[in-house]
Amino acid sequence: MYAFVTGPLAWLSFGIFFVGILVRIVIYIRGLNWQMDRVAYQAFPAAGIRGAVRSVVYWLLPYGTHSWRYYPFFTLLVFVFHICLLVTPVFLLGHNLLLQERWGFSLWTLPEGVADGMTVALIIAGVFILLRRIALPEVRILTKPYDILVLVIAVAPFVTGFCAYHQLGNYDAWLIAHILSGELMLVAIPLTKLSHFALFFLSRIQLGMDFGIKRGGMKNKGMAW
Amino acid sequence: MPEGKLCNKQTVDTKEQLNALLADKSGKQYYQELKALDVDGDALWATLQKTCKSRLRTWLEICAHCGMCADSCYFYLANNKDPKQVPSYKIQSTLGELVKRKGQVDAAFMEHVMDVAWSQCSCCNRCGMYCPFGIDMGVMFGYLRGLCFSQGFVPWELKIGSGMHRIYRAQMDVTTEDWVETCEWMVEEYEDDWPKLEIPVDKPNADFIYTVNAREVKHYPEDLAEAAILFHIAGENWTVPSEGWEETSLAMFAGDWAACKMQVESVYDAMDRLKPKRMVVTECGHAYRATVIEGPYWAGLKNGQTPVESIHYVEWVAEALRSGKLKIDPSKRIKEPVTYQDSCNYIRNAGLKESAREIMSHIAEDFIEMKPCKEHNFCCGGGGGLNGIGRYREQRNIGLKVKRDQILATGAKLVVAPCHNCWDAIRDLEEIFHIGIRWSFLKPLLLKMVEVPEHLKPEE
Repeated sequence: MYAFVTGPLAWLSFGIFFVGILVRIVIYIRGLNWQMDRVAYQAFPAAGIRGAVRSVVYWLLPYGTHSWRYYPFFTLLVFVFHICLLVTPVFLLGHNLLLQERWGFSLWTLPEGVADGMTVALIIAGVFILLRRIALPEVRILTKPYDILVLVIAVAPFVTGFCAYHQLGNYDAWLIAHILSGELMLVAIPLTKLSHFALFFLSRIQLGMDFGIKRGGMKNKGMAW
Repeated sequence: MPEGKLCNKQTVDTKEQLNALLADKSGKQYYQELKALDVDGDALWATLQKTCKSRLRTWLEICAHCGMCADSCYFYLANNKDPKQVPSYKIQSTLGELVKRKGQVDAAFMEHVMDVAWSQCSCCNRCGMYCPFGIDMGVMFGYLRGLCFSQGFVPWELKIGSGMHRIYRAQMDVTTEDWVETCEWMVEEYEDDWPKLEIPVDKPNADFIYTVNAREVKHYPEDLAEAAILFHIAGENWTVPSEGWEETSLAMFAGDWAACKMQVESVYDAMDRLKPKRMVVTECGHAYRATVIEGPYWAGLKNGQTPVESIHYVEWVAEALRSGKLKIDPSKRIKEPVTYQDSCNYIRNAGLKESAREIMSHIAEDFIEMKPCKEHNFCCGGGGGLNGIGRYREQRNIGLKVKRDQILATGAKLVVAPCHNCWDAIRDLEEIFHIGIRWSFLKPLLLKMVEVPEHLKPEE
């Protein structure tokens, strides 16, 4: 079982992840149309790039925009959640040992205590994000089972990984569950709204170019996100 | 396929059609027929497949349903935070459903979509600034309005409005003759006070052509005179085109993209014909948005620019004050606290916040910003065509509360509102809430405080 999930299944899920993301990016860009979107994407490259960079960078900075500052607590949850989600698995000691064993190289790794703390932080942030969905009427009305499912898919590898690392109960079962849930997430990224992994950037770049080229970017210092 | 006599999928291209619609008081029969209007689901789906691409599809799909757009929407705030006013909910339950059902919907659903698209969103685009993914629901509602229009589901006044553009190339029944006569009439009215005042019509190669809002011609011709006097004082070499003088676009509010194209092309034709160096647009927000910002795309101009450089009136005023073409008499500057209404269409969506501030620094001694302001300002409450739709008057009036409270918080009793829709909305909010404010375009204020060169004064 272990050999299967870390062998063919791993190859398959990484394959779907990488190819899927690439396909999403290509489809997105090909579907843009200067006249239908009413943005002259190619006419003013400098203004376009400037608008795009501003639109991405300000939103990547914690509390970098009016909106992030308007919702300080939720912003904290969002950044903790995403930073932990992206950093922990890539720089986890265990994952890098595996990488060393299979591929003969590894990345810089997080001290185990820090990785553990980040996992817990992510799970707590996930719980609060879920509670917020239920508690706030303006979020509850938008929430569909699909939104909860996507959240569960994103958090599951961390819960199972945490249980396996701390050997709570049956280690082998947790380990298999961890690997499967991680693979499920990889597959889900291009196929569900987790595609915002890539589409966040494309969508922000698009709107940034819209404001940068057409909606005022060439008349002032740029949109005050 | 049942089509109403007045409410149908046909565009209004003849005076007979237009008169029939106008004769239907408040659109009573029109809205009755609307209830029975058949929806061509296949056509709707074909349009969706062809036009709902990358940007819109992605926005519909990746919306995280996080609710961060909620407080950005003045309708949500004005309606006691009704969750049904959350922008994401409004667009997902309308455009999102249309896509999900592949266009197979009935008249009752389309009527609901129409009501949401015109009475719960003024396309101010503020939500787009508060969404982490940059989902601009104002853009989406603009698109949705186009879908509604194609199926005949459009508010009565806007069906008429788009027809006006199709027939008169103006939002009102103002003909070329009416327009030129109004120009002449205004010169006659004011030339005693302003010797050599002129409104040159169709003068080729001028420094700029000046284009207006048909409402000024029909209802406030003195606005045109004031513009002419200020250009006269500034010593400008300007002209107005006899055709292609109308900047506004009720067709844009209606989602009638073909009429939008016809309208802006009339202006671009005037540019080609008269070869001015630039164009100056009157104090109107949506007019500038339509003809300068969106228009080039409707007309298929690949660089997204008008044939000659086009500036808004606030840019012209800022330039004239900076260069000294217009000089303000320091003793006549506005002494009382005064605030400025940032129009969504030329501030948030066209980047002219600094021009407005520059003007205020010249004309006001106690300028107080609204909070929030500049590109983060709230819509006046009357944008997107909402001021003119009787069916949604009540919803519009509720929405005005946000602007009322913003103005009250400044403590100013005078609001400078260089945009027709803002000006109207602020006038209406004073009529409804009696908060004791005054409001004004720039032209009358400037005329009261500019220094007039000796040689332009009438001889005693």
